[in-house]
Amino acid sequence: MTNDAENVTAYNFAYLDEQTKRMIRRAILKGLAVPGYQVPFASREMPMPYGWGTGGVQVSAAVLCPEDCFKVIDQGADDTTNAVSIRKFFETTAGVATTEETAKATVIQTRHRIPEARLGEDQILVYQVPIPEPLRFLEPRETETRKMHSLEEYGLMHVKLYEDVAQHGAIATAYAYPVKVEGRYVMDPSPIPKFDNPKMEMDAIQLFGAGREQRIYALPPHSKVVSLDFEDHPFEASKADHACDICGAEDSYLDEVITDDAGGRMFVCSDTDYCRSRRAAGHMGAQGVPYEEGAA
Amino acid sequence: MTPLLQVEGVSKFYGARIGCEDVSFELFPGEVMGIVGESGSGKSTLLGCLAGQLAPDAGEVLFDTRAEGLRDTLKMSEPERRMLGRTDWAFVHQNARDGLRMGVSAGGNVGERLMAVGARHYGQIRGQAIDWLGRVEISEDRVDDRPGQFSGGMQQRLQIARNLVTGPRLVFMDEPTGGLDVSVQARLLDLLRGLVREMGLSAIIVTHDLAVVRLLADRLMVMKGGHVVEAGLTDQVLDDPQHGYTQLLVSSVLQV
Repeated sequence: MTNDAENVTAYNFAYLDEQTKRMIRRAILKGLAVPGYQVPFASREMPMPYGWGTGGVQVSAAVLCPEDCFKVIDQGADDTTNAVSIRKFFETTAGVATTEETAKATVIQTRHRIPEARLGEDQILVYQVPIPEPLRFLEPRETETRKMHSLEEYGLMHVKLYEDVAQHGAIATAYAYPVKVEGRYVMDPSPIPKFDNPKMEMDAIQLFGAGREQRIYALPPHSKVVSLDFEDHPFEASKADHACDICGAEDSYLDEVITDDAGGRMFVCSDTDYCRSRRAAGHMGAQGVPYEEGAA
Repeated sequence: MTPLLQVEGVSKFYGARIGCEDVSFELFPGEVMGIVGESGSGKSTLLGCLAGQLAPDAGEVLFDTRAEGLRDTLKMSEPERRMLGRTDWAFVHQNARDGLRMGVSAGGNVGERLMAVGARHYGQIRGQAIDWLGRVEISEDRVDDRPGQFSGGMQQRLQIARNLVTGPRLVFMDEPTGGLDVSVQARLLDLLRGLVREMGLSAIIVTHDLAVVRLLADRLMVMKGGHVVEAGLTDQVLDDPQHGYTQLLVSSVLQV
């Protein structure tokens, strides 16, 4: 593939060589064909440490086209170290357009959040996954967990939830909340808050890349995604019981920010783009200031 | 009457060595069979073959399934066999740590089998777990403790509760009283005897402790060198041993 961006002549488009991208695309296609199934792939060494999103970066590299518009979020924010460095990485190696606006992006790489704005059919959401195996902390043997997946033996997953209720009186798992996909595979949705779980039934394609663990899995659009629960302790998508102090949103997932050592705190949207766009539309929260174009 | 378990010519070799050879017997509902013999006589190999943990080199293990009557468990598909393993069968290990999840509370350990067969109501699962802990004499306030905080005897009783909670019909036990002191052994045996009679369980108990089979087993098989050398009613075999090895075994028991 040729590339017309001047500064990338030393690299193939999007860093990875074409053979590697083909290999990853095959894994992605298989993952889409069998929703929730963890497809092994030959994860490459990337120019960043494991745990920084090497899986997500490889998946993004495999799906990016020159005409794509790329957005990266880390815990919902566009301006954190991880998001900035991955965005720069693809600006340099692929020369694609980048954006912070969810609606404009065609490929969104995310760590630990699903954007608040509803995603559409022409978008791809790429997750960074640390540990793809939902059964891992209950069953350490890989051979055994694979067998459990293939035979659909998922009783153990409920043992974890049982332990939660027994210890805390409610299902205390707040992130990486296990889901069952299309009535078949139990899947780890990566460490997104369980607030985001219901959003996984969406119009966009969702791809999950785990670089260190060498697994890719995927959800085609409109897949049925059910969060596991008990009949008498149903799943609940929880968030801080507060409104955003900057934009006043009551429906978005909030971060709690400690502002001083005297108990001062504020709750703010974790999705920075959502917060910014609300402020641009004239909304204001309890501690907010009027919106100015270009101001942080 | 159909036997619950019918074993035909089961053999297992480890290379050229014999694990067990040409073992056949029938086990009827509500019956407890003891298998005794010295270390290395093939008892545990035989039990492993019967419970589907080892693949025998020859023979048939027919089990009277609820749906389809007698079926060879060795020819079943793995999902079917694993399903049997968590519904109609139970396996009590010698070392409770092999049969328990040490990182999960006692209640979770008992509830696991229920959840594995589809129970999804927390209150009911917990209720049954507490009920079963009571039956094996573990008090209700220990339900959220991990097995690591239990004594050896309690761990073994917890393992039994965990296995019996789904109402199995056949229980395999591998030295259930091994490593326990005699007073704890006596209580455990008493408990087991009560449960077996009350639930009408069939059981196969592998042990080298003749007192255990005397107390629990209706029938007895004596193994040596991978072969069954003598079989019969427990009292008959123990009181009037015919085979030289059985005579040695019976006379080896210390009289206090």
